[in-house]
Amino acid sequence: MCLGIPGEVVGEPTGDLRMARISFSGVIKEVSLVYVPEAKVGDYVIIHAGFAISVIDAEEAKTTLAWLDEAERALAAG
Amino acid sequence: MIEPLTCGVPHVPNHVELAHGGGGRKMRHLLESVILPAFDNRLTEAKHDSVVLPIGNERIAYTTDGYVISPMFFPGGDIGKLAIFGTVNDLAAAGAIPKWLSVSFILEEGLPLSELERVVRSMKDAACVARVDIVTGDTKVVDRGKGDGLYVTTSGLGMVPAGVDVRPARVRAGDAVLVTGDIGRHGVAVLSVRKGLAFESPVESDCAPLADMVQALVGGGIDVHCARDATRGGLAAVLLEIASTARVEITVEEDAIPVDPSVAAACELLGLDVLHVANEGRMAVFVSESDASTALDILRGLAVSRNAALIGRVAPDGRAGAVSLRTRFGPERAIDLPAGEPLPRIC
Amino acid sequence: MKYLDEFRGADDVRRHIDAIARAVTRPVNIMEVCGGQTHAIVRFGIDELLPSAITLLHGPGCPVCVTPTEIIDHAVAIAALPDTIFCSYGDMLRVPGSRRDLFSVKATGGDVRIVYSALDALDLASREPTREVVFFAVGFETTAPAHAMAVIEAERRGVANFSLLVAHVRVPPALETILGDPDRRVHGFLAAGHVCAIMGTEEYDALVAEHHVPMIVTGFEPLDLVQGILMCVRQLESGRATVENQYARVVRASGNLAARAVLREVFETVDRRWRGLGTIPKSGFALRERFAAFNAERKFPIKLAIVDDPPECLSGEVLTGHRRPNDCPSFGTRCTPDKPLGATMVSSEGACAAYYRYRRREAFELA
Repeated sequence: MCLGIPGEVVGEPTGDLRMARISFSGVIKEVSLVYVPEAKVGDYVIIHAGFAISVIDAEEAKTTLAWLDEAERALAAG
Repeated sequence: MIEPLTCGVPHVPNHVELAHGGGGRKMRHLLESVILPAFDNRLTEAKHDSVVLPIGNERIAYTTDGYVISPMFFPGGDIGKLAIFGTVNDLAAAGAIPKWLSVSFILEEGLPLSELERVVRSMKDAACVARVDIVTGDTKVVDRGKGDGLYVTTSGLGMVPAGVDVRPARVRAGDAVLVTGDIGRHGVAVLSVRKGLAFESPVESDCAPLADMVQALVGGGIDVHCARDATRGGLAAVLLEIASTARVEITVEEDAIPVDPSVAAACELLGLDVLHVANEGRMAVFVSESDASTALDILRGLAVSRNAALIGRVAPDGRAGAVSLRTRFGPERAIDLPAGEPLPRIC
Repeated sequence: MKYLDEFRGADDVRRHIDAIARAVTRPVNIMEVCGGQTHAIVRFGIDELLPSAITLLHGPGCPVCVTPTEIIDHAVAIAALPDTIFCSYGDMLRVPGSRRDLFSVKATGGDVRIVYSALDALDLASREPTREVVFFAVGFETTAPAHAMAVIEAERRGVANFSLLVAHVRVPPALETILGDPDRRVHGFLAAGHVCAIMGTEEYDALVAEHHVPMIVTGFEPLDLVQGILMCVRQLESGRATVENQYARVVRASGNLAARAVLREVFETVDRRWRGLGTIPKSGFALRERFAAFNAERKFPIKLAIVDDPPECLSGEVLTGHRRPNDCPSFGTRCTPDKPLGATMVSSEGACAAYYRYRRREAFELA
């Protein structure tokens, strides 16, 4: 139920439900972007049950991947 | 008033369910409890895809199959091509050179003749590629609504060369486990039609004849202990069947199993375990450890098995019938047969 | 896959595990709330990688698992009606009702269909105007916005033969129940990342302040889970207790405002029975009166008995972290995915199903 998959917005949203084509490593699905009005082509979104629920923040993703290094640096310094 | 029977009513069926055809636990149960006891004999005990029969000084491999795939036409193939290559592959799994096939059609009233022609042409082409002859057959027609287009059943005969003995009982502790290519394509290709999944580059079924591949190994001096194609139930099902019949434990490395990124993504999206997804042109092959490297070289030299990989080992002193997967982080987890029918009518 | 593979690196995970081992000084029980987290932990073997001082307890965050039996019975009754198409997520089909499950209705001729989205069910209703299409709206706050939009769209398009059978549940009340348990053994929580993507993290501030337990919002990939566990351990070791957002690439503190607005428009909060846990106040969603025409409970009023799960099924203890699946006497013997005693053995996110699928070590006989 919590299954949410990241995909790339590859088409412009259309219609009341703002349906747009999303690519998941080459698999194309139409999903609704109605809950992510700020999403644009090229953004990555989390898709759940046919709807995008969040736009992935690329900077935060990098921070998460580097978090342990930062935390250990802080620990060593402090 | 609703009376509870026992806890949440265990669902014990007294009728056939779609899951019984799924290649998973329910199908096994149906075979073991209803079908095999009726036909049990020394020969069916071998539990291999084909049976090998001695006739004079020769050995003949004999198999039969049914094809009910829906939809009939899918990316990379159709029910006809599937029927020919599937039968050929069952013979190949016994180490046989496939020779003669029979084909029987059950046609539904109303099936467009153009579709039948397309299927038949495809079977002719496939038979040509596989170098087999379709030598006998039958055709029946059932009323509209009773047959879903077209069903095909086949039988096949092949000759097993002298000195070739390929069957699960020959699997030994320490054997290398190879897979002849990336997995999950057939199931995903068929599902893509059923579920309206689109792809940037279409995923096509891996439907292909594998007898030449097996004979290439034999011809290259490899003593193939066991080879079996991973159809319904996927790679998991074929490894579990062999582990059970051979009474060995198999361990595979998750990261060593080749999976195309689009296939992996489709499985994530559909909530499928790629290990349970059907293939139609892939075999699990068991050879002794010392033969593994040469076997891989031979396989990778052929187009149909260019992505072959060493994925695991038959454990020494293992638990009979168990298959374990070592995840990339180290811990092992058990592989099981799927319960129900993740992909009904996939073959 | 981008944004998945980077969070599955073996080296990254091992470094976090090493850091956890260095940081932890005493036994610690951490509960992951969401079934998706449970499934990932068991599938990737995260719990087996952790130092023995850390015990992971599996929480109640599996909406399939906690849907009350009487709602399953209602679904079964509707699905068995003629001229009705019952649509559901795949998991729900094998959840046992008091007498049968949806799958057996399908096997005996009922029109039960698996869909991936409520919009698929709505499109089906448009295409089949002479039949009633009912969608089984199960899920947490993550999924409720999708269902809400289907209802709004149905109203906009004037699709009258469409309705939802709603069984939504909310996470914070369940956490309150667990936190309020005098026998509570949970020292810290991993909160459900995708629920928080919708609802934000603000709901947890009060809980954390009152009970002084760390609450780490995590994603679902191995790196997310071990990073969340490390954050939790660090808080515990330093005596802190705050809401910390490990999943910042997806979760914002205020959540998804558009989705929250639609939820308020379409649903109201009601008391809800949780299978295995009893009634939790204000823990469910129901359709507002304005959308009564799309409420399957109104369209198909059926009198149903409240049926308790019999004592043999210990799902309730599993869902509150008091018992591990493989410590249940029925696990793998009387209770299997093919013949489940309860829902936790059926759902792909149920703890019992995850253990059955990935953790059975006994000799395997195909039978």
